[in-house]
Amino acid sequence: MTAARKQGALGKVLRRKKPADWARFLFTWGAGIATLAILLYLIVFILIKGVPHITPSLFAPRDPDGVSLFPALVTTVLMVALTLLVAAPLGVFTAIYMVEYAYRGSRLVRIIRMTAETLSGIPSIVYGLFGYIFFAGFLGFGKSILTGCLTLAIMILPLIMRTTEESLKAIPDAYREGSFGLGAGRVRTVFRVILPSATPGIFAGVVLAVGRIVGETAALIFSIGDVLKLPDGLLSQGRTLAMHVLKLSGQGFHRNEAYATAVILLVLVVGINMLSSKIERGFLAKLK
Amino acid sequence: MRFVFFFAALTSVLAVALICVFLFASGVPSMAEIGFLDFLLGAEWTPTNAEPRFGVLPMILGSLYVTAGAILLGVPIGIFAAVFMARMCPKPLYRLIKPAVNLMAGIPSVIYGFFGMMVLVPLIFDLFGERFGLPGGDSILAASVLLGIMILPTVINIAETNLRAVPQELYEGAVALGASHERAVFKVILPAARSGVMAAVVLGIGRAVGETMAVKMVAGNQTVLRLPHEFLKGARTLTTNIVIEMGYVEQGSLHNGALIATGVVLFVFILLVNSLFSVLNSDKENRLRRRAAPKGAVS
Repeated sequence: MTAARKQGALGKVLRRKKPADWARFLFTWGAGIATLAILLYLIVFILIKGVPHITPSLFAPRDPDGVSLFPALVTTVLMVALTLLVAAPLGVFTAIYMVEYAYRGSRLVRIIRMTAETLSGIPSIVYGLFGYIFFAGFLGFGKSILTGCLTLAIMILPLIMRTTEESLKAIPDAYREGSFGLGAGRVRTVFRVILPSATPGIFAGVVLAVGRIVGETAALIFSIGDVLKLPDGLLSQGRTLAMHVLKLSGQGFHRNEAYATAVILLVLVVGINMLSSKIERGFLAKLK
Repeated sequence: MRFVFFFAALTSVLAVALICVFLFASGVPSMAEIGFLDFLLGAEWTPTNAEPRFGVLPMILGSLYVTAGAILLGVPIGIFAAVFMARMCPKPLYRLIKPAVNLMAGIPSVIYGFFGMMVLVPLIFDLFGERFGLPGGDSILAASVLLGIMILPTVINIAETNLRAVPQELYEGAVALGASHERAVFKVILPAARSGVMAAVVLGIGRAVGETMAVKMVAGNQTVLRLPHEFLKGARTLTTNIVIEMGYVEQGSLHNGALIATGVVLFVFILLVNSLFSVLNSDKENRLRRRAAPKGAVS
């Protein structure tokens, strides 16, 4: 007993461990380290293979070989802007309705939540098919940037909805009571009190959605066409950066450019994700 | 303003309704034209002009194989890693590993696919190519390993959340009875979080079944009917069948319809998986609530 006390807590724990415990210990640590190692290997591999091939010609505005990523980058930025223009207001307004207006647990709220869950589980290829059938075919937009961004808007809607809902719920009820107590109506409370304090949280969700848009391929391949050119209007076809990586990787003679483009895409997506979690951390810290 | 919010809230309902209606309306008639059984159980997919055959069974099996492979690899690692993050990991390491897992969830599937193409496929060819006379490393195995990696963040994040939701009293009780830390975690906490962990696995299955581009880049994509022991050969999944042939298909043709019908089969699969997920999830909520109830006032 005294020996164990001398060794402190660690000694006690060590004394209790049986062979099975050591196995459990090894497996959990192994799995944790393996996960980290896989991610590191992937990132380092792409960086080492790609960074030496990032050349100015990769960004050339005019390139007859179809290798330059410039048109794809412009298309990607345009897609992000247009998709958010459609999806962000819809997602945020839905969340406002669910948190600030509807009775919690009402049937409508349950249905909306269920459909949002369904939407977030649908694979992107099914969205691609739907965009191709509905926006391109039925509504007659053809394969175009417009079709692509409407398709993506539905796809990221549940993500924006959920993150906004969480940020709204994180706002203490005291804010609402204070605002009502001062005589403000519900709309004024929402726009002047709730939304300003929830903005960083909502923004974090929107940035996460940007990451999804930038990385998407399967939902776009037959909704915006696969043509490498600068977009010249909503009905123009195009190719985003992620689709460009896909295309180049399939061509053996452009392997180096594929690696380099993959680096650009990876850096972009990693940056976007880090930005999102940084904003979210700041938001949660401020509320505390 | 209330009505603006209300109508915005209806868009997600409308979207689900439209997706169902248009997918089924475009896919089911072609399925009927081919014959439901010939479509679902047909072993041949030859979309030629003369005597085309649209049997989707090889793709259904292909999806099953790569998903099963992904589960075999991704679920054990994922659950152990989740246990590690929830109960074992020192704080400084957690601050590194948690963002890493979130980052893994954010990496686009083309990047995973490209990585698989350049690393996994050559590796498999080097290991087994000569011995089994393979034409290349593109295979069910390559797709399984890659998907196993890709579902890790999904499985880890959900399982971790559920492991953390288990009341601390259970752990303390076990340790007070003389269990070691590991024993308490594996014999008390993990069983208590069972349905939540199952939900994580089911969501991982959904991700694996629905993944497209990464699988297309490493799976070989042959439309041949494969048996389970042929996992070193290439196969095509439901998702890749759509993405490979949709590009050149003639609009309005039976081939086009058959591809959309493939999407319908996939969609039904996913709906089944998702409803299983929500059943497990609500089961978890109920059990946790029941457990918390007798404690009286919970702040």
